[in-house]
Amino acid sequence: MALELSEKHKQVIDKLSDNFPDKYIETYQSSGDTFVRVEADAIVEICSFLKNECHFTYLGDVFAADRFTSRQRFEVFYNLVSLKDQIRIFIKVLLEENDPVIQSVTSVWKSANWSEREVYDMFGIQFTGHSDLRRIFMPQDFDYYPMRKEFPLLGIPGSIELPNTTPDTE
Amino acid sequence: MKNQNILDKVKPKFFKEHQESIYQALEDKHTTIESIEDEDPLNTKMILNMGPQHPATHGVLRLILQLNGEVIEKTKVDIGYLHRGVEKIAENKTYQEFMPYTDRMDYLSPYSNNVALCTAVEKIANVEVPERAHYIRMIGCELARISSHLLWLGTMVMDAGAISFFIWTFREREKLYDIFDNLGGHRFTISHSRIGGVANDMTDDCIGMIKEFVNTFPQELKDWHGLLDRNRIFIDRNEDVGVLHTEDALELGAAGPTLRASGYAYDIRKMEPYARYDEVDFEVPTRLEGDNLARYYVRMEEMHESIRIIRQCLDKLPKGPVRTDNAKQAYPSKDEVYYSMEGMIHDFMMTDTGICPPEGAECYHAVEGPKGELGYYIKSDGTGHPWRMKIKTGSFANLQILENILDGEMVADTVVIIGGLDPVMGEADK
Repeated sequence: MALELSEKHKQVIDKLSDNFPDKYIETYQSSGDTFVRVEADAIVEICSFLKNECHFTYLGDVFAADRFTSRQRFEVFYNLVSLKDQIRIFIKVLLEENDPVIQSVTSVWKSANWSEREVYDMFGIQFTGHSDLRRIFMPQDFDYYPMRKEFPLLGIPGSIELPNTTPDTE
Repeated sequence: MKNQNILDKVKPKFFKEHQESIYQALEDKHTTIESIEDEDPLNTKMILNMGPQHPATHGVLRLILQLNGEVIEKTKVDIGYLHRGVEKIAENKTYQEFMPYTDRMDYLSPYSNNVALCTAVEKIANVEVPERAHYIRMIGCELARISSHLLWLGTMVMDAGAISFFIWTFREREKLYDIFDNLGGHRFTISHSRIGGVANDMTDDCIGMIKEFVNTFPQELKDWHGLLDRNRIFIDRNEDVGVLHTEDALELGAAGPTLRASGYAYDIRKMEPYARYDEVDFEVPTRLEGDNLARYYVRMEEMHESIRIIRQCLDKLPKGPVRTDNAKQAYPSKDEVYYSMEGMIHDFMMTDTGICPPEGAECYHAVEGPKGELGYYIKSDGTGHPWRMKIKTGSFANLQILENILDGEMVADTVVIIGGLDPVMGEADK
């Protein structure tokens, strides 16, 4: 599908692909939003490049999604906003199911602290270099990652039995 | 104070590991300070646990403060006491079914939340919204903003010591509830917006009520300005308290009025205009000081701007349908449902399957909620349920600020600073 990028988006993506030819993978658009896929191992360099060279000074959010596939199961998104150019861009990386680890971007934006904790809490993705990687919503004693697709909607595995939902046939 | 000493004194009974880790995190924060002041001969240090059941924390917010005398040395914020997993629930509901849950996220301004969800779904599924519905939504959103800011004003002034103010702002909120009651049939959690438009049109009665509110409210605002702007006690309690410096504000990811009070005119209504915000004329109030008083001025001016927007919307309010007439995208009107077979089938299909965005589509759409950027990321798998829905909220971002700006403040200012940031735990904990 042909991309319909705005002038400013185009400049940013050109800069990014020129400076990181090995790490830049692809750009795609969906419903008018621009997503840039990059290699997971270069995320800190790419983020600090975007912050320092392309004015993406505001990190809106870090969030993850579970694709529930056997390869590259998790994806992590970085929602970046440039106040100068008034544009928004999404950086996306894919992670493997076994041992999902990525470098923390707290060294680039301090605001990534809690968002990364939330991703860790909900998906179990580890962020190396994060100063305070604790669970944020669930208690520390909780053993599961509730936003993963295999976690049931009702009941915690191994916990108290759920009430019987089938009607009493006597 | 050593971690073990704290734990010996506290003796946690539930979620022991969680309690241990939060005290450990408090000890680890700025370890450099800790090592110098390890000895405490005067015994002035103490750990103060505030919340989650504390009337001034606006819900179930828990703060752990390390005090040295009256000064807060360091703070850790513990959230999650109101975590209901709405993102998980969203994955198992159709888009329309999820709407009432959004009411209960930021429960002080349900209308903004409804509109945020609807606009995001409309963006991903390419739904056209009639012109009149856009204007009704804008009026609803701005009324919700005023309603939310009124609650903030009442409680924040109450936190600073003036109880009677709360009653005056709630009298105005009561009028807003009546308007919402007339508009959507509910006073509080209205769920009036629908995918593809709004549930029902405004009655003439409702427009009259809004007009009356718009005409009387500026006078109330003026009275409150007269009461607070030069009030010695109010200014002393708020000036230079909880300062978020301009250079830190972006770095720490502040949102909404908190960010604007620190000097950045970041407003989604201007940056990525949704509905018809590009057709109305309004200002984005900003301040440079970044303290609690600046946040007060920003929010008060925002209420002025909201009134301005509502006035323009009422003038421009076009005639026409309030929901798109495509039965594959939105609910048919009740007339059709009751009197035609197709209408009933479509109504059933909308309830059962709902609207299905294209497979693999992703979108992010944000609106400017009263607390800050309220964004919905939706990833679709082609069915009526979202594959993933991520909600970015302003309160979550602002609570992270709290952990950073409380250090070095006086313990008596804690509640004022929380009041000034205006977090809603329903939104922060999701």
